[in-house]
Amino acid sequence: METTILQAVNINKYFLDPVRFRVLTDISFSIGRGSFVSITGKSGCGKSTLLYILSTMDTDYEGELLLNDEALRRKNDAELAIVRNQKIGFVFQFHYLIEEFNVLKNVMLPAMKLGKYTNELVEQKAMQHLKMLGIYDQALKNVSQLSGGQKQRVAIARALINDPLIIMGDEPTGNLDKKNSDVVFGIFKDICQENKQTIVVVTHDPDFAKRADRTIRMEDGKIIT
Amino acid sequence: MKTGLLLNIALALLMARLKQSIVAAAGVTFGIATFIALVSFMTGLNKMLDSLIINRTPHIRLYNAIAPSKTQPVNRATEYAGFKNFILSVKPKDEGKQIYNAGRIIKTIRADDRVIDVAPKISTTVFFTSGTIQLSGIIDGVDVDLEQKLFHLNDNIIAGSIADLGTVSNSIIIGKGLADKLIVKIGNVIQVTTPDGDRAMLKIVGLVQFGIAEVDDVQSFTSIQTAQKLQGKPANYITDIQVKLKNIALAPAVAKEYARLFDVSATDVQTANAQFETGTTVRNTIAYSVSVTLLIVAGFGIYNILNMLIYEKMDSIAILKATGFSGKDVKAIFIRLSMVLGVIGGIIGILLGYCLSLIISHIPFETSALPTIKTYPVDFGVSYYLIGIAFALTTTYLAGLFPARKAAKVDPVVIIRGK
Repeated sequence: METTILQAVNINKYFLDPVRFRVLTDISFSIGRGSFVSITGKSGCGKSTLLYILSTMDTDYEGELLLNDEALRRKNDAELAIVRNQKIGFVFQFHYLIEEFNVLKNVMLPAMKLGKYTNELVEQKAMQHLKMLGIYDQALKNVSQLSGGQKQRVAIARALINDPLIIMGDEPTGNLDKKNSDVVFGIFKDICQENKQTIVVVTHDPDFAKRADRTIRMEDGKIIT
Repeated sequence: MKTGLLLNIALALLMARLKQSIVAAAGVTFGIATFIALVSFMTGLNKMLDSLIINRTPHIRLYNAIAPSKTQPVNRATEYAGFKNFILSVKPKDEGKQIYNAGRIIKTIRADDRVIDVAPKISTTVFFTSGTIQLSGIIDGVDVDLEQKLFHLNDNIIAGSIADLGTVSNSIIIGKGLADKLIVKIGNVIQVTTPDGDRAMLKIVGLVQFGIAEVDDVQSFTSIQTAQKLQGKPANYITDIQVKLKNIALAPAVAKEYARLFDVSATDVQTANAQFETGTTVRNTIAYSVSVTLLIVAGFGIYNILNMLIYEKMDSIAILKATGFSGKDVKAIFIRLSMVLGVIGGIIGILLGYCLSLIISHIPFETSALPTIKTYPVDFGVSYYLIGIAFALTTTYLAGLFPARKAAKVDPVVIIRGK
């Protein structure tokens, strides 16, 4: 039996503005280590909201969240930042690369923040990831010189740099064409199988969702399957 | 290493807005430079103005005031002890102006460690005669070395030297105005008549100018020995004891103490020249408030650029937070950013301020009051530079603090969801 890496227990979330509105209702599920999970549903069903709660960036919720058997509910801002830095990698619809830095520096940034390895080691590691993602030759380029697909791959490399337990994606292929989407999906699949890292992706692309190991389908703030 | 990383990020963000950053830093530069130039110049002027009067004035002057005896003989008489005695037409006691036991008093005061030094003086009114004209004036008999040490008399001597008073016997240094009226110059001999009718011929060895006509028209200096000889007095005859203290603020208290201790009259410099203190304070206040205003304006400039930068770099802030930078880290990044502007602007400001001060100190400035000063006085005190840089850092820190706090509060979810 696979070990549970991420567990949500009775998560409720309300939006207060403009009126009190229940976005998530009693969400409970657990995700095993090394699984590839997609969360899907119609626009406005609360899937992104759920992901941001799982990502620890949104702390305004009720219920309990356990990452690697560690309760996250009562951690403060600084502690959660450390959790995100060490254990979670993010890939968003938009790449969010910092334009003032080159590709390599963007990838290295979270590891430099972690400060576990020397800068030389981090650089080596970043280069390995870039090599794996096939953008090794772009490492010293400026972010603005890259294509959309390349940028997204840099963002994935950044997510991987600290060897996180979970990689979370919010519509990571939303801005990409079919070909690049397939590439990104392939990368996720590889990471999942080879590194035993867990992947949680929110998507409304049914094609993408279907190919995941497990699909969590949501409707009106509830899990239906 | 972490500090370095945050600084690194701060610098990268700064580069994104290089032009505005330069303008913001220039604001600090301008503020600091003006502060330093203004304060150096103001203090230089203040010191010069103070030196006009304060340095020339003893902090404490001991003398024998012409006054009636405090206890009249009738009050000492035991048979009238219980009576109320009325004495009409009391006249001052004829003790002369001599301070008794002056040598001992000087020795005692010199041993006091609050005192820089003590200088004796003999002051007397005289008539100067040149040809048929007679002018009244004052001769101060001074100890040449002590007078120079305490009151820098040489600064006001426009011809000759104070040292000549000691080396040339029967010599005198007279005021510029006096010399002009008597139509005499260095090397001439003038006749001096004391109030008691004694006459002497004194050789002019120097001209002195204080820039105050009333003084320059009457003042003259001679050595203490010549002054004693002139009046036919013995070598212990002293009319004034001039004291300079290490801390001028103590003057009123010490003056009172000496007056009681030596049973003489004593005045302190604060009482004698109250208006100068006020002038100095006012000038300093003006200089500091102008500079502080400039720096605050510079601070607003930095505040603006940082605010703009934060709105522009919301995405970067959001991703930094998403990838594990805490609010504190983000705050630190923006404060560093501000401080970088402050440090760079401040350092250039200090250099510029120094250059400005240097330029001011080379502008010609002729004043009859201070014949030795040829250019504007500027005080190159290190403390102004330290105050300047400290102020630059404080203002930029505060200017950075508020935008940084805002950046720290940026909710990454809001930014990321918005896309």
